Amino acid sequence: MRVLRELVRRPSALFGLIVVVIVLLAAIFAPWIVHFSPNDQLADGLSLEGAPLPPGNGHLFGTDTLGRDLFARVLFGARTSLIIGLVANGVAVAIGLLVGLLAGYLRGTAGNLLMRFTDLMMAFPALLLAIALAALLKPSLWIVAMVIALVNWVQVARIVYTETRGLVERDFIVAERSLGAGNSRIILFHILPHLMPTAIVWGTLGIATTVLLEATLSFLGIGVQPPQPSWGNIIFESQSYFQDAPWLVFIPGAIILATALSFNLIGDALRDILDPTQRGRL
Amino acid sequence: MVAFLARRLVQAVLILLGVAAITFLLLYYLPADPAVLIAGRSATPQMVAAIRHELGLDQSLVMQFLHYVGNLLHGDLGRSYTQKTEVLPLILARLPATLVLMAAGIAVEVALGLTFGIIAAVRRGGFVDRAIMMLSFVGVSSPQFVVALLLLYVFAATLGWFPMSGFGTARHVVLPALTLGVLGAGWYARMVRSAMIEVLRQDYVRTAHAKGLSGRRVVLSHALPNALLPIIAMVGIDIGQFMSGVVVVEAVYGWPGIGQLAWQAIQQVDVPIIMGVTLVSALAIVLGNLLADFIAPFVDPRIRSQ
Repeated sequence: MRVLRELVRRPSALFGLIVVVIVLLAAIFAPWIVHFSPNDQLADGLSLEGAPLPPGNGHLFGTDTLGRDLFARVLFGARTSLIIGLVANGVAVAIGLLVGLLAGYLRGTAGNLLMRFTDLMMAFPALLLAIALAALLKPSLWIVAMVIALVNWVQVARIVYTETRGLVERDFIVAERSLGAGNSRIILFHILPHLMPTAIVWGTLGIATTVLLEATLSFLGIGVQPPQPSWGNIIFESQSYFQDAPWLVFIPGAIILATALSFNLIGDALRDILDPTQRGRL
Repeated sequence: MVAFLARRLVQAVLILLGVAAITFLLLYYLPADPAVLIAGRSATPQMVAAIRHELGLDQSLVMQFLHYVGNLLHGDLGRSYTQKTEVLPLILARLPATLVLMAAGIAVEVALGLTFGIIAAVRRGGFVDRAIMMLSFVGVSSPQFVVALLLLYVFAATLGWFPMSGFGTARHVVLPALTLGVLGAGWYARMVRSAMIEVLRQDYVRTAHAKGLSGRRVVLSHALPNALLPIIAMVGIDIGQFMSGVVVVEAVYGWPGIGQLAWQAIQQVDVPIIMGVTLVSALAIVLGNLLADFIAPFVDPRIRSQ
């Protein structure tokens, strides 16, 4: 509650929260907000010359090149993008926590091996690795989510590792161990709670990265496959018409930006609130 | 220091070996059967078997991996499924274009990032700082392909200042380099700012102020050189981010570099090319990190004396 109050007090975080709530509500209530189906090629969806309709005239965001309502596609696309954002990033943070915690707690050979593997993953450009994976596996919503999770856990692992290393040396952990507490008890009840702020901050910042990565993969044609709308593939489908029908590219583009920006702003504010030592840093 | 650099060199080699192991597994074990993919649809079982033998797919996993690494050391990155040629020459032919783009993009990124990062650090907490930080957030939150299309829409399609796509003259470089550089600058400015803030807190900066040096002098010749170290250390990550951006930017602007090669390979699921570009990028990142390690002692005498 304290955290929420502090968030609302910061203008940038408040802006982020409002946008995120709007996008969430839009995604959840999409079928009730718009009465067009996202995949319906409407009879009146194209001009007499067969061109897509600009925003207005009963179509809030206009229509796309197949005569589908863009507002409906963007709303339903929000579902796809957010599901991937939440699932992929949730999995990434979970993997990162697990690897970082184990490496930091075990140290020794096992810990070293885990961290060298993390370094190895750092050497891959995330997008290219995701492209390779997505090209090899048949792209679908869940595959895309898993691919993103597989390339995004690395940073979390590194940070959790450093924090765990610090925690293990602390007196209260040493005391707990000398009282006879087992490893699992120490990890679950004494180390994990201290890592929660990190998990929450990265759980938020990571959604921005994930939404952008999903959009980029879909834009390259290896993300979520049409006709299922996602913000990236809406742009992918209309990119060659961007001169004649700029709204098809720039409306979803602005929404991707607003969403990623909002998660970044909230994450940044959370970092300030939850970890005062990091205040004003990156 | 020599021992430190030697250890880094060994680490870099080990990481490259690991990278090779992962690309190897992706190339030869994830697809159902690469021999079938290479042979094409009209192949007879005998042809597939011949290709399997030729690729060494009938050998054990370890033998295949050693064979693969041996090939890599000879510059053999495998054959493209669709273009029926070696992957390495394809990549080498397109590398110069990508290097030009990266150099221009990094120049934009460093110039903007340094300037804005320093200004923000000096004006820490003020309006200018907050405005710059907000802008940098917009930069890191922007989908690159949308910005690329936006720049094309405004400066090429509407104003006609720059060509829509292609390669050759200096005017072709401007928009792609801006797309890469401006967005990268958002991230870079934050790095520079936090490094500078750390340094500006130090006692010797207060001393420099106290001896009456001008603010500009203190910041540029006393604080900045010490803030450079963490910034240089980020070179590897920076190259990684650029390599990812290059795929998108080259695809949108029709820039004939390795990013476009990868993008075209995606459409045809030409995995050896994708993995080739990934390998080259990973090599660039590892070399970037290594370069940072080697530059660091020249920038910071403390490391030299260790």
